[in-house]
Amino acid sequence: MPPFRFRLFAAILLAFTLVAASCGNDDDAGEPVGTQEPAPPPPTEAAPLPIETEPVRSQRIVSLSPMATEILFAIGAGEQVVAVDEFSYYPPEAPVTDLSGWDPNVEAVLSYEPDLVVIVNDANDLVAGLDAVGVPVTLSPAPAEFESGYASIIDLGIAVGRLDEALAVVEKLRAEIEAALADAPDVPLRVYHELDDQYYSVSSAGFIGAVYAAMGVVNIADEADPDGYGYPQLTEEYIVGADPELIVITDLMGYTAADVAARPGWGEVSAVRNGNIVMVDADPASRWGPRLPQFIAAVAEALQTVAESDS
Amino acid sequence: MADASLPATPVADDDVARRAVQRAYGVPVGAVLVGVALLAAVGLLSATSGAAGLPVGGVFAALFDWVPLLGAESSLSATQESILFEIRLPRLVLGMLVGGSLGMAGAAYQGVFRNPLADPYLLGVSAGAGFGAVLALGFGLDLGWGPFDTVPAAAFLGALVAVAASMAIARGGGTSPATLLLGGVAMAALFAAAQTYAIQQLDETRSREVLSWLFGQLNTSGWKQVWLLAPYTVVCGAALFVHRRHLDVLRVGDDEARSLGLDPARSRLLVIAAASLLTAAAVSVSGMIAFVGLVVPHIVRLLVSHSYRVIVPLSAVVGAAFLAFTDIGARTLLAPAELPVGVITAFVGAPFFALVLWRGRWSTA
Repeated sequence: MPPFRFRLFAAILLAFTLVAASCGNDDDAGEPVGTQEPAPPPPTEAAPLPIETEPVRSQRIVSLSPMATEILFAIGAGEQVVAVDEFSYYPPEAPVTDLSGWDPNVEAVLSYEPDLVVIVNDANDLVAGLDAVGVPVTLSPAPAEFESGYASIIDLGIAVGRLDEALAVVEKLRAEIEAALADAPDVPLRVYHELDDQYYSVSSAGFIGAVYAAMGVVNIADEADPDGYGYPQLTEEYIVGADPELIVITDLMGYTAADVAARPGWGEVSAVRNGNIVMVDADPASRWGPRLPQFIAAVAEALQTVAESDS
Repeated sequence: MADASLPATPVADDDVARRAVQRAYGVPVGAVLVGVALLAAVGLLSATSGAAGLPVGGVFAALFDWVPLLGAESSLSATQESILFEIRLPRLVLGMLVGGSLGMAGAAYQGVFRNPLADPYLLGVSAGAGFGAVLALGFGLDLGWGPFDTVPAAAFLGALVAVAASMAIARGGGTSPATLLLGGVAMAALFAAAQTYAIQQLDETRSREVLSWLFGQLNTSGWKQVWLLAPYTVVCGAALFVHRRHLDVLRVGDDEARSLGLDPARSRLLVIAAASLLTAAAVSVSGMIAFVGLVVPHIVRLLVSHSYRVIVPLSAVVGAAFLAFTDIGARTLLAPAELPVGVITAFVGAPFFALVLWRGRWSTA
């Protein structure tokens, strides 16, 4: 008998335990759902708030955009950057790695344990991959015109906790760009900006074309880009027929002004006849950032030469 | 005696048989004339259209002025003349050479492999050429020598290496077309992978340059590419023209060809070598222009004749006209912007080919 009673007691006890446990489970599961929705942080914790004076800064930034790398170093966030992509070779102190911004690999990026990743476009579902492990991402695409370019610098400043520096850089950049633009002659010269020998060019829909638009010159690529894509490929006979007075090429393509002048059929083009083919540094002429004024100054100087030789 | 040994057949049947043989193996003069007239018409249309909008009358006058003994006075300005003679005409002629080369090479490949899906890129020519071009464009591998620019030279060498590797796998191509075909598939895959890997290592500007080369384009610098390609088109084209009857014999199978006095392995090797060299030269100046080499021989086969005696030369004429015609679209549809010609060849060619297939009776090589 006693063993039987003991067993009954044990069974009842077990049953209670189970019920209690399951009740406890219910309570545990229910409570956070209820409290999560309003989610007010306890006021006592927010009260000291040192954040206003000393913003929380990302300490391990990975930049997969050469453009963003230049901006990050310009706004003084260089020491927060732990890794940059293979083409972020400016400024020289940038920690270049073999990471690719074109064909990024989420695991390779994560191996640098970033707390912020800056990218130029979302290739290979990188954003989804970084989201999955809770690493924030800032998308910093090439701007279409100056104002969105300034805004992107400020966005980067906010993202890395350097807003004041970003604002100062924007102010300085704006002044430099305006000064460089002012050096251009106010003459509607015909200009052809060549990206490569397949005759890709820039229309006013991109920020490089915006430089030409701001100088009041006639960009011959505009006619080829009615949809505002920004980088049309021109037909060779159109270029020659449009008779540009200035041809701008970049130094990364492996050919020189002499090679352009020697192209069959180009001999009668004004820019070729008058020797007005100018080669500019490729990087300031393709990356939005603090070095853009160098490109603008080079173009303004070339335009000045053309305008003087014309008059 | 020979006449007497022929079985006496009713006259009507004899006529039908002769006409059938003639239809299959005679040279259709009418079709050749139509083809040449088509080529000439496309040439004139192409010479008078373009983004620079040259006056049609002026173009004709300048062309007549160009031909000796026809004393017409050109009314074009110096710029317009240089556009016509240094940009538009070289591109037109290059398009015809490339189209003709690819059409002829495609016909030869389809004959050798007895396979309707064979095209000039079958043995890895395109992938090999692409890999070579990527190395030259992207990594500054300098293979330029004398009149040969780096990129065409590298593409040409890459193409030949890929074909040679395919043929080495099949031990000379004499064994069986199927082995060679599979060897080509393997080499094409290998070189395509190498090319993809190489492109991935490039920065944005250079990879875009490589990709626009791979799309296929007829941008020329004057007549240079024309002079580079023309010798191959003439020599290899002549070799294929001379051996076009062998393709008809190879169709019946190796044993039967041997009993007809043909060495099938030797013929196959010769035709493949000539067609591959021709394709490699075309690809090295124009990149990968798809569809022409596959479809033009089929169109000729379905519309004109099933004999390679006709298909080979007529594919050259039709291929030339087809590519020159589609390039008009590439130069003018989005003018003054450019459209890759490879896009238009498929866009125009595919529906036309579908129509021909639908109306005609299908027959494999």
